Amino acid sequence: MAEVLVLVDHLDGVPKKVTYELLTKARDLGEPSAIFLGAPGQSAAALEGLARYGAEKVYVAESEDITGYLTAPKAEIVAGLIAAKSPVAVLFPSSAEGKEVAARVAVRTGSGLLTDAVDLAADGTATQSIFGGAVEVRSRVSTGTNLVTLRPNSTPPVEQSGAAAVEQLTVELSDSAKGAWIVESVVEGKGGRPDLGDASVVVSGGRGVGAADGFALIEGLADSLGAAVGASRAATDAGWYPHQHQVGQTGRTVSPQLYVAVGISGAIQHRAGMQTSKTIVAINKDPEAPIFELADFGLVGDLFTVVPALTEEIIKRRG
Amino acid sequence: MNIVVLVKQVPDTWAERKLSDSDKTLDRASVDVVMNEIDEYAVEEALKVKEASGDDSTVTILTMGPERAVETIRKALSMGADKAVHLTDEALHGSCALQTSYALAKVLETLHYDLVICGSESTDARLSIMAPLLAERLGRPQLSGARKLTVGDGTARIERQTENGYDVVEAALPAIVSVVEKINEPRYPSFKGIMAAKKKPLTTLTLADAGIEADRVGLASATSSVESFSNRPPRQSGQIVKDEGDGGSRVADFLASQKFL
Repeated sequence: MAEVLVLVDHLDGVPKKVTYELLTKARDLGEPSAIFLGAPGQSAAALEGLARYGAEKVYVAESEDITGYLTAPKAEIVAGLIAAKSPVAVLFPSSAEGKEVAARVAVRTGSGLLTDAVDLAADGTATQSIFGGAVEVRSRVSTGTNLVTLRPNSTPPVEQSGAAAVEQLTVELSDSAKGAWIVESVVEGKGGRPDLGDASVVVSGGRGVGAADGFALIEGLADSLGAAVGASRAATDAGWYPHQHQVGQTGRTVSPQLYVAVGISGAIQHRAGMQTSKTIVAINKDPEAPIFELADFGLVGDLFTVVPALTEEIIKRRG
Repeated sequence: MNIVVLVKQVPDTWAERKLSDSDKTLDRASVDVVMNEIDEYAVEEALKVKEASGDDSTVTILTMGPERAVETIRKALSMGADKAVHLTDEALHGSCALQTSYALAKVLETLHYDLVICGSESTDARLSIMAPLLAERLGRPQLSGARKLTVGDGTARIERQTENGYDVVEAALPAIVSVVEKINEPRYPSFKGIMAAKKKPLTTLTLADAGIEADRVGLASATSSVESFSNRPPRQSGQIVKDEGDGGSRVADFLASQKFL
């Protein structure tokens, strides 16, 4: 059976949910193998999960050089694996880094690349949602290896046991892969919440939140739902919430199961980043706000009274 | 210091964007076009680097696109860039991102650059991979997603937005940098700038001029192809209710009905 490679997205070795989604999708195309790239020792935390979601093989490359330089080492290793294994396809997470690694792999292997797919058919055809969700496109890679980056939450992860046989790779990087070195990694904001790109539920605040203090309400609601926190550009530009939480055309693109927009009018730039969410709930005091045009459920009201009541209600019902 | 800024002309986000029925490429002819928004930040950052590093620096705009992209080039020049190169050829129509990076790399190889700066993504295709594509093609370091850029002593250093904060990343020049809109506040072209832009050097290149093989670009040899597309009906709005003091529990009821609670 043809081999399908999946690049593992992980945090300190622990696979993110999108990895399991990619492994689930890969089974439609062939036999999934995972590629684990990280710092020495990190793969130990990944193997059990990768086996549980059907990885037959796990190619492991661990080196300080992989995490010490920006994207190029990962691309070099993946390109080497493609040359050695001739997979029918390689699936990447549609994160900023996943897309960048995929791009470099495409150049190195002379392959085509489809990014931000929301679905992938067994014949390798990818579905993309473009122009702020107005057009759905089905495309195929026509040159080289089929390279696809898949958005988180595109498919529900389904368990299926795999052998997860480890094959260690030797890491010998070219000098050109070491061109951009990471001097330091700084963690900002509060930990403990799911990552925006990966989260099943996202609660976002916008101009209506009114001030940085107001985001405590958004965070409270997010925590009651186990959600990630997003923000509109108006809110991040005003400095009310860190920029990496910005959802929209110039920020992150999310497609969670549930998106709750609080005090967000829904300008087209914002919609471009969240329109493919499965279910959308909007809370806004302006009944004319465009966000209501795409909401599955909209509440016209003052967020400062509705959100605390809603948070309390959710906590109560969830016990 | 020679800085090249990649600038793209895109359909206005506010306009209705369509794929053409005939060849399934973006219809660029029938819509209002603007400079890709993040590219304004790229131009601004290049001008700031130039201003900080002294008078002998130059900022060159590089644009690939149809004839009318000249309007966008003029805007970048009116902001203060020194000169521009416009790669334009019918045969480029329908090029995929990989082909585009090939063509841009071919032109960049003929320019003397210390720094290439581009926006992190365009509002039309939104792939956000041009910086890594060019870095790979040119064998230069990739400094992508910069919210801050510092240049000096033959190196460039950026703050790169990550999912939970930022990385500080450094590379030797020449390097390929992409910027996010957090990086600065683009200037508006002054009247003087607009007048001066009309006289600034603009070099127009065809594929042949740039030494780009015609079979390496364009729709026929694109590395991926659109099989079909459908214009999705606008999302139907669902139930909209007004808060009558029970708004919190109304929303909770809906979430429960959708099995989120």
